[in-house]
Amino acid sequence: MPELDRKLAVPALVGRHQDYLIVGGLGGPSKDLSALIGDGPNLFSMSGAMGAATPIGLGLALARPRRRVLVVTGEGELLMNVGALATVALAAPDNLAILVVDNEVYGETGNQQSHTGRGTDLAAMAAGAGVARVSTVRSEAEIPAAAAELRDAQGPVFVVVKVSAADPPAAPRDMDAAACRTRFRAALDREAEE
Amino acid sequence: MTQIAYVPDAGHAHLIARAVADPEVTAVPLTTEEEGVGLAVGADLGGARAVLLMQSSGVGNTVNHLSLLKVGHFPFVTLVSMRGDFGEGNPWQYPMGEATRTVLEAMGVMCLDVGRPEEVVPVAEAAFTSAYTGGRAVAVLLSQRLIGAKHFPEPGRA
Repeated sequence: MPELDRKLAVPALVGRHQDYLIVGGLGGPSKDLSALIGDGPNLFSMSGAMGAATPIGLGLALARPRRRVLVVTGEGELLMNVGALATVALAAPDNLAILVVDNEVYGETGNQQSHTGRGTDLAAMAAGAGVARVSTVRSEAEIPAAAAELRDAQGPVFVVVKVSAADPPAAPRDMDAAACRTRFRAALDREAEE
Repeated sequence: MTQIAYVPDAGHAHLIARAVADPEVTAVPLTTEEEGVGLAVGADLGGARAVLLMQSSGVGNTVNHLSLLKVGHFPFVTLVSMRGDFGEGNPWQYPMGEATRTVLEAMGVMCLDVGRPEEVVPVAEAAFTSAYTGGRAVAVLLSQRLIGAKHFPEPGRA
């Protein structure tokens, strides 16, 4: 069983979040990110449309080639649309990083065991899809190197962090996706003016 | 339009080839059509525009991800080449082809039909206006009346 606590691992892997445009997949990762960022304008996090986080990150990375884009999602969310890894590998944006918070259970629906707790290896699937930079983090000691990969390595970068089934932080977030869209776009517009 | 997402399709073959050849756009081949909805949402968040090219059978793959457009008020344009309508000889194409408009409309996507070549450009222009000025999600349905039906020589056999 994985032992890392996501409350420690996710903030440590993300680091200075302002350096990224961030897409959060539904469930635990959205809560991890809200605890870290609140309703910050560099975050678009989801509470539905399971499987869409990675394609959203890809569209954003292609639209903003000079910004680093980080997708933070869960293993269940990614498994629902795992073909997106092949799409990412083929489009190969060098500014896209994907962090999968893999707790091996579906935390939103009662901690049913997910495929990754029963033999499925998402890092191997990403490598098989053609993503060149792939790694798995299992201990605190491995975090700094993976955080540097996410931040600086030529993308696409794919990191799986194996965490315990401990709950994500309780962090209330704005569920109004239209308001999030407006905030996100307005912040990028302001940046362009500066 | 700087991103053109597609799942390979005979009806869109010329447009796909032009997208791939055009240095001004990124052509993004997808493994399933639902990825194209997320891609368009991500493009919009970044201030860019994407269009999704798909066949009507692919509309069925997109349904839950179309929620994104409604919940986030995202502008969206998809060009849908129809199967299972005018002159279809493959019985497998009818169920999704006949449900395409209903499914899209149920998810809040406005449908504009194209049956004749001279309608293609004005309808596409209307779709882009509705999306990027009006903030709507729009599907342009390209009928088999326009793009032709695939030929099947024997009834019920292929």
